[in-house]
Amino acid sequence: MRIAVIAFVLSLGLAGAAFAQEGAKLEPANNNIANVGSLQRGAKYFVNYCLGCHSAKYVRYNRMAQDLQITEKQLVENLMFTGERPFDTMANAMRPADATRWFGRPPPDLSLMARARGADYIYTFLHSFYAAPNRPTGVDNIVLPGTAMPHVLWKLQGVQHAKFTTDAEHGGAQVFEGFESVRSGDLSAEEYDNVVRDIVNFLDYIGEPIKMQRQQLGIRVIGFLLVFLLIAYMLKREIWKDVH
Amino acid sequence: MASSEADVLDRLGSGLRALGAWIDDRFPMTKLIKEHATEYYASKNFNVWYGFGILATFVLVLQLVTGIFLTMNYKPAAADAFASVEYIMRDVNWGWLIRYLHSTGASAFFIVVYLHMFRGLLYGSYKKPRELVWIIGMFIYLCLMAEGFFGYLLPWGNMSYWGAQVIVSLFGSIPVVGNGLSEWIRGDFFISDITLNRFFAFHVIAVPLMLVMLVVVHIMALHEVGSNNPDGIEIKEHKGPDGKPIDGVAFHPYHTSKDLVIIIVFLIAFAAVVFFAPDMGGYFLEHANFEPANQLQTPPEIAPVWYFTPFYAMLRAVPNKLAGVVLMGTAVLLPFFLPWLDRCRVKSIRYRGTVYKVALMVFAVSFIGLGYCGLQKPTEMVYLFCRIFTILYFAFFVLMPFYSRHEKTKPVPTRVTP
Repeated sequence: MRIAVIAFVLSLGLAGAAFAQEGAKLEPANNNIANVGSLQRGAKYFVNYCLGCHSAKYVRYNRMAQDLQITEKQLVENLMFTGERPFDTMANAMRPADATRWFGRPPPDLSLMARARGADYIYTFLHSFYAAPNRPTGVDNIVLPGTAMPHVLWKLQGVQHAKFTTDAEHGGAQVFEGFESVRSGDLSAEEYDNVVRDIVNFLDYIGEPIKMQRQQLGIRVIGFLLVFLLIAYMLKREIWKDVH
Repeated sequence: MASSEADVLDRLGSGLRALGAWIDDRFPMTKLIKEHATEYYASKNFNVWYGFGILATFVLVLQLVTGIFLTMNYKPAAADAFASVEYIMRDVNWGWLIRYLHSTGASAFFIVVYLHMFRGLLYGSYKKPRELVWIIGMFIYLCLMAEGFFGYLLPWGNMSYWGAQVIVSLFGSIPVVGNGLSEWIRGDFFISDITLNRFFAFHVIAVPLMLVMLVVVHIMALHEVGSNNPDGIEIKEHKGPDGKPIDGVAFHPYHTSKDLVIIIVFLIAFAAVVFFAPDMGGYFLEHANFEPANQLQTPPEIAPVWYFTPFYAMLRAVPNKLAGVVLMGTAVLLPFFLPWLDRCRVKSIRYRGTVYKVALMVFAVSFIGLGYCGLQKPTEMVYLFCRIFTILYFAFFVLMPFYSRHEKTKPVPTRVTP
């Protein structure tokens, strides 16, 4: 027992010290899937700005409405535009062949993007578009250089430039320094940040719609197991009482 | 009223006894229950290390039951597999719970089995007369690796796809027959719908069947020779006037009541993962596996799931692929020979010499270290540590006949200590 613990701690320490690595520089999204208001706004932005090109083909409209505390009437009137039925999934009308012709590749389905890349990734990605006149879309992205995605939210955010410095020590590599706003958008920086956070929150929710309920259920399951543990322990002690 | 109730119970009781006798005339029911539960005696001084066998059995049952329910909605076809898993996660009632129980169960299976095997190393459970128990256990471990490998392709995520691609291609490094062999395994020139279908067949029928049969044989062999204990002495050598081992207690109700406590403690930890961290930070469910399999795009880093990484790190340790594969295979097979590599007569670590204690500690560090290295991005430092840990892993087994022969052991008690 002691040996195993020592071995475990030693190996973790050894390995950890040897390979402390630098992670990718992502800003924390600080979103909260328990915030239903944020999810509702996120859903609105999502159907208006994202769903035109991206699909969320595993997400059903009515399940989403139920989880977001939206009535079916509100759902149909505000979030569904192209004649789908409430039990349909969030598909889109863009044909993959067209998408490939227009963007080089079809825009990925967003159902699981938050689980595949993480909320922080999407949050930072939506903040990191900058003007790049040599690109077909006029923008590039620090998080995903060469992205095929245009800056769909540019009217909200405005236009920003990326500042780079040249790192002479490492073979003249371009090092990203920060952004500089060159044209303000319809929203202030803080308002834009909130819009992005709501979208990320919604994507986090559709990545795993059951997440909230699973955590609530988990508390009850573990509570039950703790009570059961006490009873089982008393049973064990009773049975073992005559063993010396 | 009261007397008629007692009457009914009396008649029910005698009816059940008659049914029992009827069965016993035709099938050894009572005999089996006695031999394997109520009159199977195991040492009374089991510590927590002795709980991992029952936990492994528990997780096996959990995997079989959740697996059956997953099969009801999963579709083993390249075009449908990924979507059917999401269908289970979103549209099937309680499907998410069944799936998380199964995916967490896979990792839990390896955790409890690794600890179960380490218990064997601690207390010499592989030594005479338990050599066969150990060897059958090693076959179970091989089956488990196969089961994990086949099952990992089924979600048809991008990591499933490329992980399987990498592992199958390892067979391709074998001279002459290699390419034919890996084609034969895949049933195609690359991982495809055909591969998915056959992996499904292996994962849900072939390997589980072998696994269950081997577990039965493992327990039969164990019950033939009796369980070891933390003192590494044979309780059968000290029997009371009734012919029962003095230091033993019946499996049922004594060990079963203790095992129930152990199972609940395990379930609390298990539930914490299932309900609060089913991805386990990308170790139990890898992030890249939430993107569907894509033949044209590899994930940023292809690494096998954590339970294979100790052996994967050995592959990294040598620049030559074939040598790496041979090294990996040897590393998996070496523990089979433990009963004969270990020349020390004393079983338990409690009474063994310092040399074995140090060797075992170094082995544990190197195994965990290899697992850690297998998960890291390859750098020179990682390669260096892979090599060091690989050498230490092999040294533990290869040098064992020498360092265990003249070990300075402590006197072993004749009766178990509390």
